[in-house]
Amino acid sequence: MNLLVCISKTPETTAKISFTDGDTKFNSEGVQYIMNPYDEWYALVRAIELKEQHGGKVVAINVGGSDNDIIIRKALAIGADEAVRVNGEESSSLFVATQIANYAKDKGFDIVFCGKETINYNGSEVGPMIAELLDQPFVSFASKLDHDGSAATIERDIEGGVEVVKVNGPFVLSAAKGLAEQRIPNMRGIMMAKRKPLEVAEASAVDEKVIVKSYSLPAGKSAVKMLDPENMDELVRLLHEEAKVI
Amino acid sequence: MSVLIFAEATKGQYKKNAFEAVYYGSQLAKQLGTEAVVFTIGNGSNAAVLGQYGANKIWNQDSSKATDSQVASALIAQAAEKAEANYVILSNSALGKSLTGRLGVKLNAGVVSGVTSLPDTSGTPCVNKQVFSGKGIACYELKSGKNILSVMGNSLKPEVVGSDVAPENTSFTEPSTGLEIIETKTVDGTVPLPEAELVVSAGRGMKAPENWGIIEELADVLGATTACSRPVADTGWRPHHEHVGQTGVAIRPNLYIAIGISGAIQHLAGVNNSKTIVVINKDPEAPFFKAADYGIVADLFDVVPKLTESLKKFKQ
Repeated sequence: MNLLVCISKTPETTAKISFTDGDTKFNSEGVQYIMNPYDEWYALVRAIELKEQHGGKVVAINVGGSDNDIIIRKALAIGADEAVRVNGEESSSLFVATQIANYAKDKGFDIVFCGKETINYNGSEVGPMIAELLDQPFVSFASKLDHDGSAATIERDIEGGVEVVKVNGPFVLSAAKGLAEQRIPNMRGIMMAKRKPLEVAEASAVDEKVIVKSYSLPAGKSAVKMLDPENMDELVRLLHEEAKVI
Repeated sequence: MSVLIFAEATKGQYKKNAFEAVYYGSQLAKQLGTEAVVFTIGNGSNAAVLGQYGANKIWNQDSSKATDSQVASALIAQAAEKAEANYVILSNSALGKSLTGRLGVKLNAGVVSGVTSLPDTSGTPCVNKQVFSGKGIACYELKSGKNILSVMGNSLKPEVVGSDVAPENTSFTEPSTGLEIIETKTVDGTVPLPEAELVVSAGRGMKAPENWGIIEELADVLGATTACSRPVADTGWRPHHEHVGQTGVAIRPNLYIAIGISGAIQHLAGVNNSKTIVVINKDPEAPFFKAADYGIVADLFDVVPKLTESLKKFKQ
């Protein structure tokens, strides 16, 4: 099988979030970047498992600058066969999706994998955009995927349960928890990753339709009120009268 | 010019997420001095109620493939074109998330998913959404004349502003796709977590799955939905769909009661937008207390039944 996995770079989950340049840019000073967990743990690993089962190859694709090579090498160390970085600033989901669709359109990938969302912009937009650009089905939030070589049976998370779908032909999928188990790259993988091909392609221009004008931080929480465990009537009163939630 | 709202049916019924989208769209239409057209796929007979939340017109297309994003986005795009819509509004639900990006490409429109308030349309329109898993807010400038916005659940309270509107049937072209919907497996009788206003959640402090009775009883008295932390779902003590947090479901209920959950940052990322957070933990150093509105340091096996009793008294 010919599999493409979209990987994105995000601030690590515990990063302190602040903004700079008059609150128009994310302040990346001192922030550690990682491969977006949904891309790494679920999408990439399930793609590698399918390749192990059916043969073929796994290509990892990222849109960004050369700073991103470190996470691309990690994808290669985990088990992707080759990688491509589309050189450009990942300015919007449309920009990223367009680059990936342009790369994928004549290469006959059986499945294009994305994570269910990135943990920085939480948009879940790139996957469906790629699917539309390629005119293929899209299966969101896949938590289980079996492929018999011609058709895929997938469980996708929906509110309060799952929907089971079957897809014939190529499709785009977004990966949720449960699709695979995280793999830690071993020393052999890390050494081999250095010799695997990492192609750099140039980005094509995109007519941006939305841009972030400014950022702000959510209003801070007031200090916690500690209550007497012997007096739960007081908690109920506060929830009713003060918080007005019951 | 109009605002087109896609109202999603759940098993043939319209629920809170549909009312939120319709109400948001009708408020936006009012702000723009235009009409709110609601489009539904599947069950037109129950759609009249959407008029109460501000729909001026309701169109329904009969189809059994509403959850196939290729079919739904093609139908919504045709409805948007018919309505000459400059805004398309959806819920930021599992289905909505699979449609917004597609519609943006199809209609050559801007996309902002998970908006939390109405756009400011006084100048170049700008709309807020949460970013960095709720740790930041971004204001997106809408540079295109056409925009797709999906509304974050629980970010506005839908109000009844009108009366029932009789749905009209549409006959848009339905594409054939390579996707086949086999079955839907959902838990009946409870409000799904993303829509729940009250949530009782428990973690490893429960010690064993057989101890969940006190949590269920509390949730029952409160009319709340139950949730759990990641380790609890991973060990199989509770079903996967109950897991809230960064890798599970992100929720923003009015009340989140966290019982025996320490409050790791990945858990907080999924719940820190809850309006009110109550934390019950025997460890006074548990990081969750920093994110809480009300905290109780106590043995949960002791205090949870007491809280249930107090709530029973309150409910009488």
